[in-house]
Amino acid sequence: MGAPVATPPAAPPPGGAPPRLGKAAVEGSATWRLTDRIGLAICWALGLLFCAIAVAIAVYLLLQGIKYLRPSMLVTPASAGFTQGESGGFSDALFGTLIVATMGIAIALPIGIGIAVWLVEYGRPAGLARVTESTIEAIAGIPSIVLALFGTVIFSSTALGFLSRSSDGIVFGRSFFAASTMLSLVALPLVVASTREGLNSIPRHVREASYAVGKTKAATTRRILLPASRPQVATGAMLGLGRIIGDTAIIVVLLGATQNFAPVENVGFPLDYLRGAGTTLTNFVYEASPTGNLNQPQKAYAAAFVLLLMVLALNAAVDVVHRRARKVGAWSS
Amino acid sequence: MEEFYPEEYGPRWSDRRVERMLGALVCAVVALLLAMIVIVFVKAWPSFAHNGLAWFGAGGNVDDQLNAIFLSGQAGAEYVYTFHAWPLIWSTLLITGGAVTIALFSALFVAVFIVEFAPEWMSNILQPVVRFLASVPSVIYGLLGVLVLVPFIGNHLVSESQKASVAGVISLSGYSLLAAVTVLTVMIAPLMVSIFSDGLRAVRPGWLEGSLALGVNRWRTTWKIAVRTARPAIVAGTVLAVARAIGEAVMLAMISGSVGFAPNPADGAIFIFEPSRPLAPTIVKNIDQLSSPPANATLFAIAAVLLFSAALLSLTGWVARRAMRKYGATT
Repeated sequence: MGAPVATPPAAPPPGGAPPRLGKAAVEGSATWRLTDRIGLAICWALGLLFCAIAVAIAVYLLLQGIKYLRPSMLVTPASAGFTQGESGGFSDALFGTLIVATMGIAIALPIGIGIAVWLVEYGRPAGLARVTESTIEAIAGIPSIVLALFGTVIFSSTALGFLSRSSDGIVFGRSFFAASTMLSLVALPLVVASTREGLNSIPRHVREASYAVGKTKAATTRRILLPASRPQVATGAMLGLGRIIGDTAIIVVLLGATQNFAPVENVGFPLDYLRGAGTTLTNFVYEASPTGNLNQPQKAYAAAFVLLLMVLALNAAVDVVHRRARKVGAWSS
Repeated sequence: MEEFYPEEYGPRWSDRRVERMLGALVCAVVALLLAMIVIVFVKAWPSFAHNGLAWFGAGGNVDDQLNAIFLSGQAGAEYVYTFHAWPLIWSTLLITGGAVTIALFSALFVAVFIVEFAPEWMSNILQPVVRFLASVPSVIYGLLGVLVLVPFIGNHLVSESQKASVAGVISLSGYSLLAAVTVLTVMIAPLMVSIFSDGLRAVRPGWLEGSLALGVNRWRTTWKIAVRTARPAIVAGTVLAVARAIGEAVMLAMISGSVGFAPNPADGAIFIFEPSRPLAPTIVKNIDQLSSPPANATLFAIAAVLLFSAALLSLTGWVARRAMRKYGATT
C-alpha cells in the first residue's frame, strides 16, 4: 500500500489552451477496482442481452411472418376447415382490431382531455383534484381482466341491453360497444397524463396574454392551450391506441369468443356489427396458439406479425410527433 | 384567483358552465371507479362468506373445486362454494416474485448503463430497444413462449428421468414456472428500465459533480449518489411492474401450464419445471362459467383479490415515496 494514493494532475501550462472537455474528460474504467469493473461488465452484458432479445423477437417474427403470411389472409374471414390451408384468413380479426381501436380512442380521448383540462386549469376544490389524480392512477393499476369482469356486469344489465345482443330479456353483454368502452379505460390514464404534461408545459404568461385581450378561460383553453399541446395529446392518444390494440383479456371476455363477426339481426348497417360479437387480432393469436381452441400456429404467427407491424407503426408515429414538436420549439419563457 | 373582467365583454356564465361540465365528468369517472370496487366486492361476497379465511388456504384440488362449483350452478341444485385458492395464490407469488426480482436487478443495471456508462451509440440503440420490448403486446410474448420456449424447456432442459420421477403427480411438458418467469421478466423489465432511467436523469448534476470532485470514481458515484437519489423512481417503476405482473392474464394462461397445482420447492431443482396457474389466468380460463351463479361469485372473488392487491400495492408505493421525499428527487 506504500504507493502514492494519487498523483496530482500535471499543472496546465500557463497561458495554454484550457483543458479540452469532451470524450477525453470522461474517466475510463481502467483505474477502477475489480468489483466496479465487474459491475460495468454486467451492465454491458445485460444491455447486449436486451438488444439480443429484441433482435431475436423481431427477426423471428419477421421470418415467420414472411413464411406464413399470405395477402389473401388479410381479406378472407376465418372459416371452418380441416387443415390450416382450408380455414381461411383473419380479415374479421383485422377489422375488429381497427373498430375496437377507433371506438376505444374515440371514447377515451374527449374524456381524457376533459379530465386533464379540469385538473390543470380548474382543479377546485383541491380535495376533488387529489381524489381525481388518485383515481386515474388507480385505473392505470387495475388489471384489465378485472375491468373485463366489471364490464360483464354493466353490459349485461337490461338498461344497457341496446348495446349488445339480447333475447327474451336476457342480455348477452358482449359486443364491440362493451369491449371498446372498457378498453377506453385502459387508454384513459395515458391520455390524461400526456395531455396534462402538455398543458403544464405552457407557461403562465401565455394564459395571461389571452385573458388580457378579453378571452374567457374556456375560450383560452379551446383556442390556445389545447392547440398548443396538440403533440402531447397526439402522443397520449397513440400510446393509448397501442395499449388498446395489444390488450387481450378484455377482448376475450367482452367481445364474445367468436372467430367471425356475428352481427345482430334486424338492425341497420353499422349498429348490427357494433352490437354483435366479434374478434380482434390479439384474440385470434390467442385462439390460434396451441393452447387456444383453433390450434393453427402458422396463422397465429401471421396474425402476430401483422399485430406487431401495427404496434411498430404507432411507435414510429410517436417518434415523428415528438421530433416535430421539438423542431417547432418549446415556449420561450 | 379573480381576473379583471368588465361586464360588457359578454356573459361570464359560459366559463362557469364549462367548469361545471368538466367537474361533472371528473365526478363521473371517480364514481365509476367506486362503483367498480363496490360491485366487484358485492359480487364476490358469497364466495368469501362461505369459505371464510379458508378461501386463501390450501386443501383439495382447485380445478375439481372450480368444476364442482360450476356444475352446482348449472344443475339448479344447492350451490357449492367450497374453494381453497392457495395453489393459485402460491403460483402468483412465485411467478410474480421471481420475475420482479430478476427484472429489478437487470433493469437497474441497464438503466444505469443507458444513463451513465453506455457510449452514445450504444444508448442510442438501447433506448429504442427498450421501447420496442415494452410495446410488444403480451399475447405475442405468450405465442413466442408457447411455440419456442415451452418446447425447448420440455425437450431439452427436463430429462426423461425427471419427468418419470413425478409422473404420478404432474406431467412436466415444458409449461412451467421457468417459462412463465422468463417471459414475464422480458415483459416487465423494459417498463422498469424506462421509469428508472427517467429517475436517474432527473438527479441534480451538482450532487454527482460534488462526489466526483472528491475523487470518487464514476461507478461508485452513480450507485451511491444517483441510484440512491432516484429511489422514489425505482419504487414507482417496481410498483408498476408488480401491478402488471399480477394482472397479466392471457400470456400466463398460455404458458404457465394452466393446472391448479402448487409447485413444491421441496421437490428440488425440478420445482422450476412444474406447471401451475396464477390467479388472473384462472379467470380467463373459466370465463365461460360466468352464467353459473356460484362460479360467477368465485371468479369475482378472484378479481376482488387482484383489485385489493393492486390497491395495496399502490398504497405501499405511495407510502414509500412519501418517506423518500427528503431525497429531493422529482418523481
